[in-house]
Amino acid sequence: MDLTPSEAQQMLRHSVERFVAEHYDSTARRHAMRDPNGFKRENWRSFADLGWLGLPFGEEIGGFGGGPVEVAILMEEFGRGLATEPYLSTVLLAGSLVAECGTEQQKKSLVPAIISGELMLSFAHYETDARAGLSAVQTVVRSDDPGWTLHGRKIAVLDATSADIHLVSARVSDAQGGSLALFLVPKHAAGVRWREAPRLGGGRVAELTFEQVRLPPHARLGTSADVLPAIEAVVDRAIAALGAEACGLMRTMFEATLEYTKVRKQFGRPLAANQVIRHRLADMYIQCEEARAMAARAALLVGTDANATQRSLAASGAKVKIGRCARNLAEQAIQLHGAMGVTDELDLGLYFKRLLVFEALFGSVDFHLQRHAKLFSSSHSE
Amino acid sequence: MSLSLTPDELRFRDEVRAFIGTHLPPGLRRASSLTVSFFSDPDVVAPWQRALHERGWVAPGWPQEYGGPGWSATQRWIFESECARAGAPQLSPMGIKMVGPVLIRFGTPEQKKHYLPRILSGEDRWCQGYSEPGSGSDLASLKTRAVRRGDHYIVTGTKIWTTHAHFANRMFALVRTSDEPRQQDGISFLLIDMASPGIIIRPIMMISGDHDVNQVFFDEVEVPVTNLVGEEGRGWTCGKYLLEFERGGGVNSPKLRYALGKVRGLANSDLSCHAISHPEIATKLSEIELDLQTLEFAELKVLSALQRGDNPGPVSSVLKLRASEIHQAISRVGVEIVGQHALVEETRRPLYALSDEPLIPEEVLSVVPRHLNGRANTIFGGSSEIQRDIIAKQVLGL
Repeated sequence: MDLTPSEAQQMLRHSVERFVAEHYDSTARRHAMRDPNGFKRENWRSFADLGWLGLPFGEEIGGFGGGPVEVAILMEEFGRGLATEPYLSTVLLAGSLVAECGTEQQKKSLVPAIISGELMLSFAHYETDARAGLSAVQTVVRSDDPGWTLHGRKIAVLDATSADIHLVSARVSDAQGGSLALFLVPKHAAGVRWREAPRLGGGRVAELTFEQVRLPPHARLGTSADVLPAIEAVVDRAIAALGAEACGLMRTMFEATLEYTKVRKQFGRPLAANQVIRHRLADMYIQCEEARAMAARAALLVGTDANATQRSLAASGAKVKIGRCARNLAEQAIQLHGAMGVTDELDLGLYFKRLLVFEALFGSVDFHLQRHAKLFSSSHSE
Repeated sequence: MSLSLTPDELRFRDEVRAFIGTHLPPGLRRASSLTVSFFSDPDVVAPWQRALHERGWVAPGWPQEYGGPGWSATQRWIFESECARAGAPQLSPMGIKMVGPVLIRFGTPEQKKHYLPRILSGEDRWCQGYSEPGSGSDLASLKTRAVRRGDHYIVTGTKIWTTHAHFANRMFALVRTSDEPRQQDGISFLLIDMASPGIIIRPIMMISGDHDVNQVFFDEVEVPVTNLVGEEGRGWTCGKYLLEFERGGGVNSPKLRYALGKVRGLANSDLSCHAISHPEIATKLSEIELDLQTLEFAELKVLSALQRGDNPGPVSSVLKLRASEIHQAISRVGVEIVGQHALVEETRRPLYALSDEPLIPEEVLSVVPRHLNGRANTIFGGSSEIQRDIIAKQVLGL
């Protein structure tokens, strides 16, 4: 048992830390937010050059064989700088699903292109009727010799704007019970329509409509009869990664608040001279540290070698614990900045919005608390 | 980074487990599980301490030359975890974890030679004379006075919240030997024989119905000057060192895990009509479980740092604060789980030696008293407010 990071992990952290410090100041951030893609392409190319786009992929398909621990390091530092690049969409969601479910041919043609930064993907899964349950999919696909026809609507698709290919979940209508499958849909395929908007805290979000979209036979990802378990695994790992990102967001908000309360003077002394403020800052510090401990723990437990129950417990647990800490910290950060905290003149609000995205993605804190309670009770009832 | 135990660590765990299996009889486990106080009664502790002493396992944190087992930080954690998991009695920390480390750090060779072996064997039982009626969180304002007269200090004053003073034959105390402009100066660290003439002990009953703490009065009590630890007037340094041990010297998560397991067990049983089937109970238990996992991970991170010879930083206040809150959360949900059984106030003690059958099942007997007594968790050893002050000052530099 040893919880100190390895030398390679420390080097990775230093390199991301440095990159984020150099490339994500307030001006750059605001600039990226006005970009039609929601981020800067040249940053994405740097990610590729630095090897980050290949980090979680296996060495056999050209990746660097990193695991959730390395991903967490990357994501935490991204969070500190409020990076808006589609790392989650392209690498952690769609990319991981390709690596997990794709045929050899699909992996060979897609993964190296992701790693080199040439190919971006989105993961189109959620629908209007679904809140957090991953199985609520009504988009259908029917076999249409020799290929497929896809029909349905997806919401909350992250980074669809910049994606070259959408990875779309759909029920195979002629299979018994309509098992879940994933389809690779080129951005400009006939019948694909999208409406899009800025996403809270940076990046873009879209609604995708597929109207009788004709797809070739090889558009189906892999051959598995049911991809739901794979989606669950990838989403659990994504939750852990987002938890780490939330820790980075929290750290920046906390540092800004600590600094502000030292500098801002009222009644002739700094805000931080008041015990009520000092104690609140102490609590915020604890919340940061607790969130980081939980994110690190989740990273160690959601790897591919974990059994499904342990993995889901770790992911839901991280969502709950980090979610609670983040909510408290973020609200206090705004409170202690006074009216300035509610203005768009500080970046604090951007971080707050990104934490809302963390809360809303893949199920709320309460959803995951109930999931944790159910899984925990059934796995510890002996 | 890895959370799993190495083969060597697993072998060590099995060794500890086997030892506990052989040397911890069911009667002691039962007595321990029916103990409300933070430390077990001497008659429950004594046989267990004897067994540990024979094996050289009483003081996992001590250096080997003074009788420690020479374990790594991880081994100490495994040992604590296994003892907690088995429901072993809590050895009193006042000798082993408090005055022992102070003597090792500041004591004279004679003091070490005399006192340390007697702590290990259990021959000496220590209590702590720190707080006074007028000096709680503001400990350095203490007024109990020690005046030098020849080869003795004459001690007059009073100490309060003295846990197990009624069982102890020794006290380590902070006393004022001079008045200085800074109140932390002029305090000295004295070892006092509880059999000395002039000492009176007044029991203080807790709301749980337990007698843990006392007020101790000193009326011109003679203490040999050889019982001074460190320099005269520099006792605050010893006292602070000891408080650091009190807060961060141990790990809390193993005991809390045991306590949470007990409460979850009740929720899973007929005794609570399967309270776990109520979603609000199940989610509350999950919230506490997650808080505990977080604390556990933070404690393991400290151990990893210690193991590598790194300084874990000023984390003890954070760990103390959170551990005390989790302790209270566990006992609070415990009361909720036992439902109407909570109405019964069993006033007899000890709970493991009642003369006739209590009104409620034995498994739920200690739940309410534990909750009541547990309110002290966020008060003793530096209240939560003091911990937050320390974090603001030492960690945040405010």
